[in-house]
Amino acid sequence: MESSHLRQQIAAMRQSFFDEEILDGQFCQLERLENRGNPNFVEEVLTMYFRDSTTLLQTVEQEIETDTIDLAKVDMMLHKFKGSSASIGANKVRNNITKTRQLLEEGNLEGAKLAFRELRMEHDNLRAKLEPYFQQQLRQVGPVETATRPKGSDHA
Amino acid sequence: MVLGNDASSSSLSNKNLSVLVVDDDPLIRMLHDNYLKHFGLKPLVVENGKEAVDLFQLGTSFDLILMDKEMPIMNGVEATKALRDMGATSMIVGVTSRGSPSEMQAFMEAGLDFCFEKPLTFDMIDFILKELNVNDDDDTNN
Repeated sequence: MESSHLRQQIAAMRQSFFDEEILDGQFCQLERLENRGNPNFVEEVLTMYFRDSTTLLQTVEQEIETDTIDLAKVDMMLHKFKGSSASIGANKVRNNITKTRQLLEEGNLEGAKLAFRELRMEHDNLRAKLEPYFQQQLRQVGPVETATRPKGSDHA
Repeated sequence: MVLGNDASSSSLSNKNLSVLVVDDDPLIRMLHDNYLKHFGLKPLVVENGKEAVDLFQLGTSFDLILMDKEMPIMNGVEATKALRDMGATSMIVGVTSRGSPSEMQAFMEAGLDFCFEKPLTFDMIDFILKELNVNDDDDTNN
């Protein structure tokens, strides 16, 4: 009963990501890559994504707050970030990256700074929502026990 | 594009295809590697265009190369041109975040067979493998 309730909770959480357009169909592509040999693939990918994105966002923030912004460098970093965000299905994050880049290209620095703050918010929101989702999934799996033969039960 | 469930790209028929993934982003390399493994392939993975060119110069050839565009040391355009100049007949497929028509056109003109905007999907790989199998059939019949 509890297992069924947990499964429903997880399914509802997952659905909310799509309803709120935080994630898009690309996330489903990632899920298809999970298999018996690679049961935590999605979580591994997302852990890698957030590890890199956190550093990148800090670097971009430092750069755009300086008096002499290296626009080419910031654009390249955001371009890469857009690619990885699109690849995991981070829909709102990707859209905010596009918006920030566009404003920078237009020379609207104040607009770009605002857009970047929104980008950071969406990124942090995505992480805040996905962390409990994967924790719930772990609860569903439970502790893994390895089956062992009882002693003396081996047959030739 | 509507495709069947891996209809034309069974793991068995893909086993002998050699594939190279070229991308400077470790996350993308991991993803593309896993996508291709899902189709029964065992890709080699490198970090930039120069590594791809070096492999070719050492005599390694590939049926399929997935090539990113923006990379340090040697980007995808330079690497594709270099490979074609050296006589590489691999199917080279660009996979780039630079999605504007002019940027993709410039990448195509370097010598790509196809160019897709990231992210890579199952449908794209299925399409590519169908094209590879078609080319294979044509070579057999000629």
